[in-house]
Amino acid sequence: MKRTIVILLRNPLSLLGAVLVAAVVLSAVLADYIAPFPEHRGAVVDFVHFNQGPTARNVMGTDLVGRDLFSRILYAFRISLILGVVVLAIAPPIGTLVGLFAGYLGGRAEFVLMRLTDVFLSIPPLVLAIAMMGVLEPTLMNAMLAVTAMWWPWYARLVYNIARSEREEGYVLAAEVIGASTLHITLREILPNCLPAIITKMTLDMGFVIIIASSLSFLGLGVQPPTPDLGSMVAEGARYLPDSWWLTVFPGLAILIAVFGFNLVGDALREILGADQ
Amino acid sequence: MSDVLEIRDLRLRFRGYSGTSEVLHGISLNIRAGERVALVGESGSGKSVTARIVLGLLQELPSAQVDGGLFFEGEDLNRLSRRQWRALRGTSISMIFQDPTSSLNPVFTIGTQFAEVLRRRDPKLSREAADERAGTLLQSVSIHDHSRVLGAYPFQLSGGMNQRVVIAMALANRPSLLIADEPGTALDVTVQAQTLKLMHELVERSGTAVLFISHNLGVVREFADRVFVIYRGRIVEQGPTRAIFEDPGHAYTRALMAAVPRITGGGLPDFNDSESAFLDPMVVHGGGKA
Repeated sequence: MKRTIVILLRNPLSLLGAVLVAAVVLSAVLADYIAPFPEHRGAVVDFVHFNQGPTARNVMGTDLVGRDLFSRILYAFRISLILGVVVLAIAPPIGTLVGLFAGYLGGRAEFVLMRLTDVFLSIPPLVLAIAMMGVLEPTLMNAMLAVTAMWWPWYARLVYNIARSEREEGYVLAAEVIGASTLHITLREILPNCLPAIITKMTLDMGFVIIIASSLSFLGLGVQPPTPDLGSMVAEGARYLPDSWWLTVFPGLAILIAVFGFNLVGDALREILGADQ
Repeated sequence: MSDVLEIRDLRLRFRGYSGTSEVLHGISLNIRAGERVALVGESGSGKSVTARIVLGLLQELPSAQVDGGLFFEGEDLNRLSRRQWRALRGTSISMIFQDPTSSLNPVFTIGTQFAEVLRRRDPKLSREAADERAGTLLQSVSIHDHSRVLGAYPFQLSGGMNQRVVIAMALANRPSLLIADEPGTALDVTVQAQTLKLMHELVERSGTAVLFISHNLGVVREFADRVFVIYRGRIVEQGPTRAIFEDPGHAYTRALMAAVPRITGGGLPDFNDSESAFLDPMVVHGGGKA
Protein backbone atom coordinates (compact mmCIF):
# COMPACT_ATOMS: atom_id res chain seq x y z
CA MET A 1 0.00 0.00 0.00
CA LYS A 2 2.81 2.38 0.92
CA ARG A 3 4.71 1.36 -2.19
CA THR A 4 1.61 2.00 -4.28
CA ILE A 5 1.32 5.56 -3.02
CA VAL A 6 5.03 6.23 -3.56
CA ILE A 7 4.86 5.05 -7.19
CA LEU A 8 1.70 7.05 -7.74
CA LEU A 9 3.29 10.27 -6.51
CA ARG A 10 6.63 9.85 -8.27
CA ASN A 11 5.16 10.05 -11.78
CA PRO A 12 3.95 13.62 -12.55
CA LEU A 13 1.10 12.37 -14.75
CA SER A 14 -0.23 9.99 -12.11
CA LEU A 15 0.09 12.75 -9.56
CA LEU A 16 -1.96 15.04 -11.79
CA GLY A 17 -4.54 12.27 -12.17
CA ALA A 18 -4.73 11.76 -8.42
CA VAL A 19 -5.18 15.51 -7.87
CA LEU A 20 -7.94 15.76 -10.50
CA VAL A 21 -9.79 12.72 -9.12
CA ALA A 22 -9.46 14.05 -5.58
CA ALA A 23 -10.79 17.44 -6.69
CA VAL A 24 -13.78 15.89 -8.48
CA VAL A 25 -14.62 13.57 -5.61
CA LEU A 26 -14.23 16.30 -2.98
CA SER A 27 -16.39 18.79 -4.90
CA ALA A 28 -19.08 16.13 -5.32
CA VAL A 29 -19.04 15.17 -1.65
CA LEU A 30 -18.72 18.70 -0.27
CA ALA A 31 -20.96 20.39 -2.88
CA ASP A 32 -23.31 21.60 -0.14
CA TYR A 33 -20.49 23.56 1.52
CA ILE A 34 -18.47 24.71 -1.53
CA ALA A 35 -21.29 25.79 -3.82
CA PRO A 36 -22.00 29.53 -3.56
CA PHE A 37 -25.69 28.91 -4.40
CA PRO A 38 -26.64 25.42 -3.17
CA GLU A 39 -30.32 26.07 -3.85
CA HIS A 40 -29.53 26.41 -7.59
CA ARG A 41 -29.29 22.62 -7.92
CA GLY A 42 -33.06 22.57 -8.27
CA ALA A 43 -35.74 24.56 -10.06
CA VAL A 44 -34.82 28.15 -9.22
CA VAL A 45 -35.42 31.17 -11.42
CA ASP A 46 -33.43 34.41 -11.11
CA PHE A 47 -34.21 36.67 -14.07
CA VAL A 48 -32.03 39.48 -12.74
CA HIS A 49 -28.86 37.50 -13.45
CA PHE A 50 -29.92 35.25 -16.35
CA ASN A 51 -27.48 34.21 -19.11
CA GLN A 52 -24.54 36.24 -17.85
CA GLY A 53 -20.86 35.56 -18.57
CA PRO A 54 -18.37 34.90 -15.78
CA THR A 55 -18.40 37.61 -13.14
CA ALA A 56 -17.11 37.90 -9.60
CA ARG A 57 -20.52 36.79 -8.33
CA ASN A 58 -20.86 33.83 -10.72
CA VAL A 59 -17.34 32.63 -11.62
CA MET A 60 -18.61 30.43 -14.46
CA GLY A 61 -21.55 32.57 -15.44
CA THR A 62 -25.24 31.79 -15.15
CA ASP A 63 -27.60 29.68 -17.23
CA LEU A 64 -30.76 30.66 -19.10
CA VAL A 65 -32.85 30.98 -15.95
CA GLY A 66 -30.14 32.71 -13.94
CA ARG A 67 -28.75 29.74 -11.95
CA ASP A 68 -25.07 29.72 -10.96
CA LEU A 69 -23.23 27.33 -13.33
CA PHE A 70 -20.38 26.64 -10.90
CA SER A 71 -22.80 25.41 -8.24
CA ARG A 72 -24.66 23.29 -10.75
CA ILE A 73 -21.44 21.68 -12.04
CA LEU A 74 -20.48 20.68 -8.49
CA TYR A 75 -23.84 18.93 -8.06
CA ALA A 76 -23.54 17.39 -11.55
CA PHE A 77 -20.26 15.76 -10.48
CA ARG A 78 -22.24 14.14 -7.71
CA ILE A 79 -24.72 12.61 -10.16
CA SER A 80 -21.93 11.44 -12.49
CA LEU A 81 -19.99 9.82 -9.69
CA ILE A 82 -23.03 8.09 -8.21
CA LEU A 83 -23.86 6.69 -11.62
CA GLY A 84 -20.28 5.59 -12.23
CA VAL A 85 -19.93 3.94 -8.83
CA VAL A 86 -23.26 2.12 -9.07
CA VAL A 87 -22.58 0.87 -12.60
CA LEU A 88 -19.11 -0.28 -11.62
CA ALA A 89 -20.48 -1.96 -8.52
CA ILE A 90 -22.96 -4.03 -10.55
CA ALA A 91 -21.50 -4.64 -14.02
CA PRO A 92 -18.05 -6.08 -13.11
CA PRO A 93 -19.35 -8.71 -10.66
CA ILE A 94 -21.93 -9.93 -13.20
CA GLY A 95 -19.38 -10.04 -16.01
CA THR A 96 -16.76 -11.62 -13.78
CA LEU A 97 -19.03 -14.47 -12.69
CA VAL A 98 -20.15 -15.15 -16.27
CA GLY A 99 -16.57 -15.10 -17.59
CA LEU A 100 -15.20 -17.14 -14.71
CA PHE A 101 -17.66 -20.01 -15.07
CA ALA A 102 -17.58 -19.96 -18.88
CA GLY A 103 -13.80 -20.02 -18.87
CA TYR A 104 -13.36 -22.69 -16.24
CA LEU A 105 -16.24 -25.05 -17.07
CA GLY A 106 -15.93 -24.89 -20.85
CA GLY A 107 -18.22 -27.01 -22.99
CA ARG A 108 -21.92 -26.26 -22.96
CA ALA A 109 -21.77 -23.67 -20.18
CA GLU A 110 -19.13 -21.76 -22.10
CA PHE A 111 -21.21 -21.85 -25.27
CA VAL A 112 -24.38 -20.55 -23.62
CA LEU A 113 -22.72 -17.87 -21.48
CA MET A 114 -20.32 -16.49 -24.06
CA ARG A 115 -22.82 -16.46 -26.94
CA LEU A 116 -25.19 -14.55 -24.66
CA THR A 117 -22.34 -12.12 -24.03
CA ASP A 118 -21.78 -11.84 -27.78
CA VAL A 119 -25.42 -10.92 -28.30
CA PHE A 120 -24.97 -7.93 -26.00
CA LEU A 121 -21.64 -7.04 -27.58
CA SER A 122 -23.04 -7.18 -31.11
CA ILE A 123 -25.31 -4.19 -30.45
CA PRO A 124 -23.38 -0.89 -30.50
CA PRO A 125 -23.24 0.21 -26.84
CA LEU A 126 -24.88 3.60 -27.16
CA VAL A 127 -27.61 2.20 -29.41
CA LEU A 128 -28.45 -0.45 -26.80
CA ALA A 129 -28.64 2.18 -24.09
CA ILE A 130 -30.76 4.48 -26.27
CA ALA A 131 -33.14 1.63 -27.06
CA MET A 132 -33.49 0.73 -23.39
CA MET A 133 -34.01 4.33 -22.36
CA GLY A 134 -36.54 4.76 -25.15
CA VAL A 135 -38.62 1.94 -23.70
CA LEU A 136 -38.10 2.78 -20.06
CA GLU A 137 -38.73 6.06 -18.31
CA PRO A 138 -35.74 8.41 -18.43
CA THR A 139 -34.66 8.44 -14.78
CA LEU A 140 -31.30 8.16 -13.03
CA MET A 141 -32.16 4.59 -12.00
CA ASN A 142 -32.93 3.50 -15.55
CA ALA A 143 -29.86 5.25 -16.90
CA MET A 144 -27.77 3.16 -14.50
CA LEU A 145 -29.59 0.04 -15.65
CA ALA A 146 -28.99 0.82 -19.34
CA VAL A 147 -25.29 1.55 -18.85
CA THR A 148 -24.87 -1.61 -16.75
CA ALA A 149 -26.51 -3.71 -19.46
CA MET A 150 -23.99 -2.51 -22.01
CA TRP A 151 -21.03 -2.71 -19.65
CA TRP A 152 -20.95 -6.20 -18.12
CA PRO A 153 -20.14 -8.12 -21.33
CA TRP A 154 -16.70 -6.50 -21.52
CA TYR A 155 -15.88 -7.87 -18.09
CA ALA A 156 -17.19 -11.28 -19.12
CA ARG A 157 -14.81 -11.24 -22.10
CA LEU A 158 -11.84 -10.07 -20.05
CA VAL A 159 -12.31 -12.58 -17.24
CA TYR A 160 -13.20 -15.39 -19.64
CA ASN A 161 -9.86 -15.02 -21.41
CA ILE A 162 -7.89 -14.97 -18.18
CA ALA A 163 -9.83 -17.92 -16.76
CA ARG A 164 -9.24 -19.88 -19.96
CA SER A 165 -5.49 -19.55 -19.61
CA GLU A 166 -5.47 -19.98 -15.83
CA ARG A 167 -7.47 -23.20 -16.19
CA GLU A 168 -4.43 -24.80 -17.82
CA GLU A 169 -2.15 -23.78 -14.94
CA GLY A 170 -0.78 -26.46 -12.67
CA TYR A 171 -2.32 -25.05 -9.52
CA VAL A 172 -5.84 -25.52 -10.92
CA LEU A 173 -5.12 -29.16 -11.71
CA ALA A 174 -3.52 -29.55 -8.29
CA ALA A 175 -6.68 -28.15 -6.68
CA GLU A 176 -8.84 -30.57 -8.69
CA VAL A 177 -6.60 -33.41 -7.64
CA ILE A 178 -7.05 -32.72 -3.94
CA GLY A 179 -10.78 -32.71 -4.47
CA ALA A 180 -11.59 -28.99 -4.41
CA SER A 181 -15.12 -28.09 -5.56
CA THR A 182 -15.89 -26.08 -8.69
CA LEU A 183 -16.92 -23.12 -6.54
CA HIS A 184 -13.68 -23.23 -4.59
CA ILE A 185 -11.55 -23.44 -7.73
CA THR A 186 -13.31 -20.61 -9.55
CA LEU A 187 -13.77 -18.21 -6.65
CA ARG A 188 -10.80 -18.98 -4.42
CA GLU A 189 -8.12 -20.08 -6.89
CA ILE A 190 -8.78 -18.45 -10.28
CA LEU A 191 -10.59 -15.24 -9.28
CA PRO A 192 -7.69 -13.82 -7.20
CA ASN A 193 -5.50 -14.19 -10.28
CA CYS A 194 -7.99 -12.14 -12.33
CA LEU A 195 -8.34 -9.31 -9.79
CA PRO A 196 -5.47 -7.04 -10.94
CA ALA A 197 -6.90 -6.90 -14.47
CA ILE A 198 -10.46 -6.33 -13.20
CA ILE A 199 -9.46 -3.51 -10.84
CA THR A 200 -7.41 -1.76 -13.51
CA LYS A 201 -10.26 -1.97 -15.99
CA MET A 202 -12.65 -0.60 -13.38
CA THR A 203 -10.61 2.57 -12.79
CA LEU A 204 -10.14 3.11 -16.53
CA ASP A 205 -13.86 2.52 -17.03
CA MET A 206 -14.93 5.11 -14.45
CA GLY A 207 -14.07 7.83 -16.98
CA PHE A 208 -15.83 6.07 -19.83
CA VAL A 209 -18.98 5.47 -17.81
CA ILE A 210 -19.10 9.20 -17.07
CA ILE A 211 -18.79 9.94 -20.81
CA ILE A 212 -21.52 7.46 -21.76
CA ALA A 213 -23.84 8.73 -19.03
CA SER A 214 -23.23 12.29 -20.21
CA SER A 215 -23.89 11.24 -23.81
CA LEU A 216 -27.22 9.76 -22.76
CA SER A 217 -28.31 12.91 -20.99
CA PHE A 218 -26.92 15.01 -23.86
CA LEU A 219 -29.45 13.17 -26.02
CA GLY A 220 -32.13 13.87 -23.42
CA LEU A 221 -32.36 10.22 -22.33
CA GLY A 222 -30.61 10.42 -18.99
CA VAL A 223 -31.22 12.40 -15.86
CA GLN A 224 -34.06 14.88 -16.36
CA PRO A 225 -34.12 18.60 -15.47
CA PRO A 226 -34.01 20.29 -13.07
CA THR A 227 -31.41 17.84 -11.70
CA PRO A 228 -28.04 19.15 -12.87
CA ASP A 229 -26.16 16.86 -15.26
CA LEU A 230 -23.05 17.66 -17.26
CA GLY A 231 -24.39 16.12 -20.48
CA SER A 232 -27.72 17.92 -20.45
CA MET A 233 -26.00 21.20 -19.52
CA VAL A 234 -23.81 20.93 -22.62
CA ALA A 235 -26.82 20.08 -24.77
CA GLU A 236 -28.80 23.02 -23.45
CA GLY A 237 -25.97 25.48 -24.05
CA ALA A 238 -25.07 24.16 -27.51
CA ARG A 239 -28.00 26.08 -29.02
CA TYR A 240 -26.54 29.40 -27.83
CA LEU A 241 -23.03 28.96 -29.18
CA PRO A 242 -20.85 30.91 -29.73
CA ASP A 243 -22.36 33.93 -27.96
CA SER A 244 -23.10 32.29 -24.60
CA TRP A 245 -19.98 30.12 -24.70
CA TRP A 246 -19.83 29.63 -20.92
CA LEU A 247 -22.96 27.48 -21.02
CA THR A 248 -21.11 24.67 -22.88
CA VAL A 249 -17.44 25.29 -22.21
CA PHE A 250 -17.51 24.92 -18.42
CA PRO A 251 -19.63 21.74 -18.24
CA GLY A 252 -17.55 20.34 -21.12
CA LEU A 253 -14.33 21.09 -19.26
CA ALA A 254 -15.81 19.45 -16.18
CA ILE A 255 -16.40 16.22 -18.14
CA LEU A 256 -12.86 16.44 -19.50
CA ILE A 257 -11.31 16.90 -16.07
CA ALA A 258 -13.20 13.98 -14.54
CA VAL A 259 -12.51 11.56 -17.41
CA PHE A 260 -8.88 12.61 -17.79
CA GLY A 261 -8.26 12.25 -14.06
CA PHE A 262 -9.74 8.75 -13.82
CA ASN A 263 -7.85 7.59 -16.91
CA LEU A 264 -4.51 8.82 -15.56
CA VAL A 265 -5.12 7.05 -12.26
CA GLY A 266 -6.17 3.92 -14.14
CA ASP A 267 -2.96 3.94 -16.16
CA ALA A 268 -0.89 4.36 -13.01
CA LEU A 269 -2.75 1.51 -11.35
CA ARG A 270 -2.17 -0.74 -14.35
CA GLU A 271 1.54 -0.13 -14.01
CA ILE A 272 1.57 -0.84 -10.29
CA LEU A 273 -0.55 -4.00 -10.44
CA GLY A 274 1.30 -5.22 -13.52
CA ALA A 275 4.62 -4.86 -11.71
CA ASP A 276 3.35 -7.05 -8.87
CA GLN A 277 2.94 -10.06 -11.11
CA MET B 1 -0.23 -58.57 0.84
CA SER B 2 -3.29 -56.53 -0.01
CA ASP B 3 -3.47 -54.26 -3.03
CA VAL B 4 -3.79 -50.53 -2.49
CA LEU B 5 -4.75 -50.04 -6.09
CA GLU B 6 -5.88 -52.51 -8.66
CA ILE B 7 -6.71 -51.65 -12.24
CA ARG B 8 -8.40 -54.40 -14.24
CA ASP B 9 -8.73 -54.30 -18.04
CA LEU B 10 -9.02 -50.52 -18.22
CA ARG B 11 -10.21 -49.09 -21.52
CA LEU B 12 -10.49 -45.45 -22.48
CA ARG B 13 -12.15 -44.05 -25.57
CA PHE B 14 -12.52 -40.46 -26.66
CA ARG B 15 -15.56 -39.49 -28.69
CA GLY B 16 -14.64 -37.05 -31.41
CA TYR B 17 -16.34 -35.61 -34.48
CA SER B 18 -15.09 -38.53 -36.59
CA GLY B 19 -16.20 -41.40 -34.37
CA THR B 20 -14.36 -42.72 -31.33
CA SER B 21 -10.68 -43.38 -30.88
CA GLU B 22 -9.43 -45.84 -28.30
CA VAL B 23 -6.53 -44.58 -26.21
CA LEU B 24 -6.15 -47.38 -23.65
CA HIS B 25 -6.74 -50.94 -24.85
CA GLY B 26 -7.20 -52.85 -21.64
CA ILE B 27 -4.59 -52.04 -19.01
CA SER B 28 -4.20 -54.08 -15.85
CA LEU B 29 -1.86 -53.20 -13.02
CA ASN B 30 -1.74 -53.46 -9.26
CA ILE B 31 0.11 -51.73 -6.46
CA ARG B 32 0.55 -53.35 -3.06
CA ALA B 33 0.67 -51.40 0.20
CA GLY B 34 3.88 -49.45 0.56
CA GLU B 35 5.11 -50.55 -2.85
CA ARG B 36 6.69 -48.25 -5.42
CA VAL B 37 5.52 -49.06 -8.92
CA ALA B 38 6.71 -47.28 -12.04
CA LEU B 39 4.71 -46.83 -15.23
CA VAL B 40 7.16 -46.19 -18.06
CA GLY B 41 6.54 -45.21 -21.64
CA GLU B 42 6.95 -42.55 -24.29
CA SER B 43 4.77 -39.45 -24.44
CA GLY B 44 1.28 -40.21 -25.68
CA SER B 45 1.42 -43.83 -24.55
CA GLY B 46 -1.30 -43.34 -21.95
CA LYS B 47 0.66 -42.89 -18.72
CA SER B 48 -0.90 -39.65 -17.55
CA VAL B 49 -4.47 -40.49 -18.56
CA THR B 50 -4.20 -43.64 -16.44
CA ALA B 51 -3.34 -41.46 -13.44
CA ARG B 52 -6.26 -39.13 -14.13
CA ILE B 53 -8.66 -42.05 -14.40
CA VAL B 54 -7.57 -43.32 -10.98
CA LEU B 55 -8.37 -39.88 -9.56
CA GLY B 56 -11.72 -39.80 -11.37
CA LEU B 57 -10.85 -36.60 -13.22
CA LEU B 58 -11.20 -37.94 -16.74
CA GLN B 59 -14.60 -39.48 -16.03
CA GLU B 60 -15.97 -35.95 -15.58
CA LEU B 61 -15.25 -35.14 -19.23
CA PRO B 62 -18.31 -35.78 -21.39
CA SER B 63 -16.17 -36.92 -24.33
CA ALA B 64 -14.28 -39.59 -22.40
CA GLN B 65 -15.61 -43.11 -22.05
CA VAL B 66 -13.96 -45.22 -19.39
CA ASP B 67 -14.52 -48.96 -18.85
CA GLY B 68 -12.79 -51.40 -16.57
CA GLY B 69 -12.34 -52.27 -12.93
CA LEU B 70 -10.82 -49.79 -10.48
CA PHE B 71 -10.30 -50.88 -6.90
CA PHE B 72 -8.79 -48.72 -4.17
CA GLU B 73 -8.08 -50.53 -0.89
CA GLY B 74 -10.54 -53.21 -1.93
CA GLU B 75 -13.31 -50.72 -2.66
CA ASP B 76 -14.84 -50.51 -6.13
CA LEU B 77 -14.19 -46.95 -7.24
CA ASN B 78 -16.73 -47.17 -10.05
CA ARG B 79 -19.51 -47.62 -7.51
CA LEU B 80 -18.62 -44.49 -5.58
CA SER B 81 -20.58 -41.30 -6.13
CA ARG B 82 -18.69 -38.29 -7.42
CA ARG B 83 -18.77 -36.79 -3.96
CA GLN B 84 -17.29 -39.89 -2.33
CA TRP B 85 -14.59 -40.09 -4.99
CA ARG B 86 -13.79 -36.43 -4.47
CA ALA B 87 -13.48 -37.07 -0.74
CA LEU B 88 -10.71 -39.61 -1.42
CA ARG B 89 -8.68 -37.10 -3.39
CA GLY B 90 -6.26 -35.10 -1.28
CA THR B 91 -6.82 -37.36 1.71
CA SER B 92 -6.22 -41.01 0.77
CA ILE B 93 -4.83 -40.37 -2.72
CA SER B 94 -2.62 -37.44 -3.60
CA MET B 95 -0.58 -36.42 -6.58
CA ILE B 96 2.59 -34.56 -7.57
CA PHE B 97 3.12 -32.94 -10.97
CA GLN B 98 5.94 -32.11 -13.37
CA ASP B 99 6.34 -28.46 -12.52
CA PRO B 100 6.17 -27.71 -8.78
CA THR B 101 6.10 -23.92 -9.18
CA SER B 102 3.02 -23.88 -11.39
CA SER B 103 1.26 -26.36 -9.07
CA LEU B 104 1.11 -23.62 -6.45
CA ASN B 105 -1.24 -20.67 -6.79
CA PRO B 106 0.88 -17.54 -7.33
CA VAL B 107 -1.39 -15.20 -5.33
CA PHE B 108 -1.35 -17.06 -2.00
CA THR B 109 1.49 -17.69 0.43
CA ILE B 110 2.77 -21.21 0.99
CA GLY B 111 1.33 -21.09 4.51
CA THR B 112 -2.20 -20.33 3.26
CA GLN B 113 -2.05 -23.13 0.72
CA PHE B 114 -0.62 -25.55 3.23
CA ALA B 115 -3.46 -24.76 5.63
CA GLU B 116 -6.00 -25.49 2.89
CA VAL B 117 -4.42 -28.87 2.20
CA LEU B 118 -4.40 -29.79 5.90
CA ARG B 119 -8.03 -28.71 6.26
CA ARG B 120 -9.00 -31.34 3.68
CA ARG B 121 -8.54 -33.89 6.46
CA ASP B 122 -9.35 -31.70 9.43
CA PRO B 123 -11.72 -28.86 8.42
CA LYS B 124 -11.69 -27.13 11.81
CA LEU B 125 -7.91 -26.79 12.01
CA SER B 126 -6.89 -23.30 13.15
CA ARG B 127 -4.31 -21.35 11.19
CA GLU B 128 -1.80 -21.47 14.05
CA ALA B 129 -2.11 -25.23 14.37
CA ALA B 130 -1.86 -25.60 10.59
CA ASP B 131 1.32 -23.51 10.51
CA GLU B 132 2.79 -25.61 13.27
CA ARG B 133 2.04 -28.88 11.48
CA ALA B 134 3.27 -27.43 8.19
CA GLY B 135 6.50 -26.47 9.95
CA THR B 136 7.11 -30.03 11.12
CA LEU B 137 6.30 -31.37 7.66
CA LEU B 138 8.70 -28.91 6.03
CA GLN B 139 11.38 -30.04 8.49
CA SER B 140 10.96 -33.55 7.16
CA VAL B 141 11.81 -32.37 3.64
CA SER B 142 14.92 -30.58 4.99
CA ILE B 143 13.50 -27.06 4.97
CA HIS B 144 14.74 -25.58 8.21
CA ASP B 145 13.79 -21.91 7.89
CA HIS B 146 10.15 -22.92 7.64
CA SER B 147 8.66 -19.69 8.99
CA ARG B 148 10.22 -17.77 6.10
CA VAL B 149 9.00 -20.33 3.57
CA LEU B 150 5.45 -20.35 4.97
CA GLY B 151 5.26 -16.57 4.60
CA ALA B 152 6.64 -16.60 1.06
CA TYR B 153 4.85 -16.68 -2.29
CA PRO B 154 5.72 -19.53 -4.67
CA PHE B 155 7.56 -17.25 -7.10
CA GLN B 156 9.87 -16.10 -4.32
CA LEU B 157 11.19 -19.64 -3.83
CA SER B 158 13.43 -21.70 -6.10
CA GLY B 159 12.13 -24.64 -8.11
CA GLY B 160 13.82 -27.13 -5.81
CA MET B 161 12.35 -25.45 -2.74
CA ASN B 162 8.86 -25.52 -4.29
CA GLN B 163 9.32 -29.18 -5.16
CA ARG B 164 10.03 -29.98 -1.51
CA VAL B 165 7.01 -27.94 -0.45
CA VAL B 166 4.84 -29.86 -2.91
CA ILE B 167 6.17 -33.20 -1.66
CA ALA B 168 5.48 -32.18 1.93
CA MET B 169 1.95 -31.11 0.97
CA ALA B 170 1.27 -34.31 -0.95
CA LEU B 171 2.21 -36.40 2.05
CA ALA B 172 0.66 -34.06 4.64
CA ASN B 173 -2.59 -35.98 5.00
CA ARG B 174 -0.85 -39.39 5.14
CA PRO B 175 -2.28 -40.75 1.89
CA SER B 176 -2.04 -44.47 1.24
CA LEU B 177 -1.35 -43.83 -2.45
CA LEU B 178 0.78 -41.11 -4.01
CA ILE B 179 0.68 -40.62 -7.76
CA ALA B 180 3.80 -38.88 -9.04
CA ASP B 181 3.41 -37.77 -12.66
CA GLU B 182 6.96 -37.19 -13.91
CA PRO B 183 7.85 -35.29 -10.75
CA GLY B 184 10.54 -32.67 -11.16
CA THR B 185 10.97 -33.11 -14.90
CA ALA B 186 10.89 -29.32 -15.11
CA LEU B 187 13.81 -29.05 -12.66
CA ASP B 188 17.50 -29.51 -13.37
CA VAL B 189 19.07 -32.91 -12.76
CA THR B 190 20.84 -32.23 -9.47
CA VAL B 191 17.75 -30.78 -7.82
CA GLN B 192 15.68 -33.61 -9.27
CA ALA B 193 18.03 -36.17 -7.75
CA GLN B 194 17.94 -34.48 -4.31
CA THR B 195 14.18 -34.19 -4.15
CA LEU B 196 13.65 -37.74 -5.43
CA LYS B 197 15.91 -39.01 -2.69
CA LEU B 198 13.86 -37.08 -0.13
CA MET B 199 10.64 -38.45 -1.54
CA HIS B 200 12.08 -41.96 -1.50
CA GLU B 201 12.95 -41.68 2.20
CA LEU B 202 9.61 -40.16 3.12
CA VAL B 203 7.40 -42.72 1.41
CA GLU B 204 9.52 -45.49 2.87
CA ARG B 205 9.09 -44.09 6.37
CA SER B 206 5.35 -43.48 6.03
CA GLY B 207 4.62 -46.67 4.11
CA THR B 208 2.89 -44.80 1.29
CA ALA B 209 2.45 -46.69 -1.97
CA VAL B 210 3.60 -44.79 -5.04
CA LEU B 211 2.54 -44.92 -8.67
CA PHE B 212 5.53 -43.35 -10.36
CA ILE B 213 4.95 -42.17 -13.90
CA SER B 214 8.09 -41.42 -15.85
CA HIS B 215 10.00 -41.69 -19.08
CA ASN B 216 13.32 -41.42 -17.27
CA LEU B 217 14.64 -44.97 -17.00
CA GLY B 218 17.59 -44.02 -14.80
CA VAL B 219 15.28 -42.57 -12.16
CA VAL B 220 12.89 -45.51 -12.43
CA ARG B 221 15.68 -48.00 -11.86
CA GLU B 222 16.68 -46.29 -8.62
CA PHE B 223 13.19 -45.56 -7.35
CA ALA B 224 10.82 -48.38 -8.24
CA ASP B 225 10.26 -51.89 -6.91
CA ARG B 226 8.30 -52.98 -9.93
CA VAL B 227 7.97 -51.63 -13.47
CA PHE B 228 5.17 -51.64 -16.01
CA VAL B 229 6.16 -50.66 -19.55
CA ILE B 230 3.36 -49.10 -21.55
CA TYR B 231 3.28 -48.63 -25.32
CA ARG B 232 0.36 -47.20 -27.28
CA GLY B 233 -2.20 -47.90 -24.59
CA ARG B 234 -1.05 -51.47 -23.86
CA ILE B 235 1.19 -52.86 -21.15
CA VAL B 236 3.97 -54.61 -23.06
CA GLU B 237 6.16 -55.80 -20.21
CA GLN B 238 5.96 -56.01 -16.45
CA GLY B 239 8.02 -57.36 -13.62
CA PRO B 240 10.41 -56.53 -10.79
CA THR B 241 12.76 -53.66 -11.62
CA ARG B 242 15.90 -55.80 -11.59
CA ALA B 243 14.48 -58.44 -13.87
CA ILE B 244 13.32 -55.90 -16.43
CA PHE B 245 16.56 -53.95 -16.51
CA GLU B 246 18.81 -57.02 -16.60
CA ASP B 247 16.78 -59.01 -19.06
CA PRO B 248 14.33 -56.88 -21.05
CA GLY B 249 12.07 -59.35 -22.81
CA HIS B 250 9.98 -57.17 -25.11
CA ALA B 251 11.30 -55.51 -28.25
CA TYR B 252 9.87 -52.14 -27.18
CA THR B 253 11.52 -52.26 -23.74
CA ARG B 254 14.87 -53.01 -25.38
CA ALA B 255 14.37 -50.12 -27.83
CA LEU B 256 13.42 -47.80 -24.94
CA MET B 257 16.59 -48.67 -23.06
CA ALA B 258 18.74 -48.31 -26.15
CA ALA B 259 17.25 -44.86 -26.73
CA VAL B 260 18.73 -43.40 -23.52
CA PRO B 261 21.67 -41.16 -24.49
CA ARG B 262 24.86 -42.32 -22.74
CA ILE B 263 26.93 -39.96 -20.68
CA THR B 264 29.96 -41.67 -22.22
CA GLY B 265 29.02 -40.41 -25.68
CA GLY B 266 28.42 -42.41 -28.84
CA GLY B 267 25.88 -40.08 -30.43
CA LEU B 268 22.12 -40.07 -30.21
CA PRO B 269 20.72 -43.55 -30.83
CA ASP B 270 18.27 -44.25 -33.65
CA PHE B 271 14.73 -44.94 -32.58
CA ASN B 272 12.27 -46.53 -34.95
CA ASP B 273 8.88 -45.44 -33.68
CA SER B 274 6.70 -48.18 -35.14
CA GLU B 275 8.40 -51.50 -35.44
CA SER B 276 6.06 -54.44 -35.84
CA ALA B 277 7.80 -56.26 -32.96
CA PHE B 278 6.56 -53.51 -30.62
CA LEU B 279 3.09 -54.98 -30.93
CA ASP B 280 4.20 -58.41 -29.66
CA PRO B 281 2.23 -59.86 -26.73
CA MET B 282 3.01 -58.86 -23.17
CA VAL B 283 6.07 -60.23 -21.41
CA VAL B 284 5.57 -61.03 -17.74
CA HIS B 285 8.61 -61.66 -15.58
CA GLY B 286 8.50 -64.41 -12.97
CA GLY B 287 6.48 -63.50 -9.92
CA GLY B 288 5.44 -60.27 -11.56
CA LYS B 289 1.79 -61.07 -11.79
CA ALA B 290 0.32 -61.02 -8.34
